[in-house]
Amino acid sequence: MEAEWAKYIGAGIATLGMAGAALGVSSIFSNFLQGALRNPSAAASQTGNLIFGFAVTEALGIFSFLVALILLFVV
Amino acid sequence: MAGTDPIHQFVISDIFTVFRMGGDGTEGSGLNFAFTNSALFMVATVVAVSAYMLLSSSQRSLVPNRLQMTSEMLYEFIANMLRSSAGSEGMRFFPFVFSLFIFILVGNLLGLVPYFFTFTSHIIVTFALAMLVILVVTIYGLMRHGLGFFKLFAPSGVPGYVLPIVIPIEIVSFLSRPISLSVRLFGNILAGHITLKVFTGFVVTMGAAGWLGWLGALLPLTMGVALTALEFLVAAVQAYVFAVLTSMYLNDAVHPSH
Repeated sequence: MEAEWAKYIGAGIATLGMAGAALGVSSIFSNFLQGALRNPSAAASQTGNLIFGFAVTEALGIFSFLVALILLFVV
Repeated sequence: MAGTDPIHQFVISDIFTVFRMGGDGTEGSGLNFAFTNSALFMVATVVAVSAYMLLSSSQRSLVPNRLQMTSEMLYEFIANMLRSSAGSEGMRFFPFVFSLFIFILVGNLLGLVPYFFTFTSHIIVTFALAMLVILVVTIYGLMRHGLGFFKLFAPSGVPGYVLPIVIPIEIVSFLSRPISLSVRLFGNILAGHITLKVFTGFVVTMGAAGWLGWLGALLPLTMGVALTALEFLVAAVQAYVFAVLTSMYLNDAVHPSH
C-alpha cells in the first residue's frame, strides 16, 4: 500500500474519535437540562460548571481533529 | 484555487522586516524578525481594547452611561467568576485574567470579520498564552507555599493506599494542562474557520454551474450564515473557557491542598 493512502485512511479513522466527544457533550447537556427542568431556580448558578464541563469534554474531540491534521499536513 | 482554498486564510505574511540575524542573505536563511499580519492584528486588538476601556471609563460617573455600563458588566462578570473559583485571595490575579480574557475575546471576534486574520488560530500564539498561565501558576505556587505546593498532587481526603495511583494521574494531568489549554482554543478556532470557508466555498463552485447552481448555492449560503452565528458563540465561549480554566489553575497555586 502506498504511504500516501495510509495517511488519508488514518486521518479518516482519527475523526472517529469525535464520536466519543459527541457522546460526552450530549450527556452533559441532557443531564443539565434534566436537572434544570427539575429545579429551574438552581440552573442559573450552574451555567459556569456547564460550560466548564463542556469545554473539558470537547477538548478530547479537538484532540482527534488535531491527530487528523497532523496526519494530513505534518507526517 | 486561492479564492476557495480553506487553508489560505491562515497564511502568515510579512508586512515589513524589523531586522535580520545570521544567515547568508539567501531566502529563508537566518532569523527574520518581521512585523507580520498576525502581529498587526494583535496590535489592533490591544489598541481596540485600550481605546474602549479608556473611553468607557473616562467619565467615571456614579450613574453610568451605556458605554460605562458595558465595561462594568464585563468587569463584574470576570470578577465574579474569578472570586467564585479562586477565592478572594485569587483576586490579586484579576488584571491578568481579565487581560487574557479580553485579548482572546476581541482577537476571536476581530478574526470573524471577512478577510481579517485570526491570530488565535495559530498554535504558537495560544501555546505562548497557555505557557504564560502555567508559569505564573507554578512560580507563584512555589514562591507562596514552597515545597507545600506539591501537596497539589496529593489531594486531601484521599486514603493512603490509593495515593500511588492518584499521584501519577495528578502529575500527568498537571503536565498536560498547557497542551489541552492551548490546543482547545487553537483547535476550536481553526476548525470553525475551516468549516466556514469550506461551506462558503461551495457557493462559489456551485455558482459557476449556471442558474441551477445558483439555486443550489442557497443551501450552503444559509449554512454559512448559521455557521457564522455559531462561530460568534464559539469565540465568546472559548475566551470564557480560557479565563475559567486560568482561574481554576490559579486556585491550585493559591490553595494547593484543595
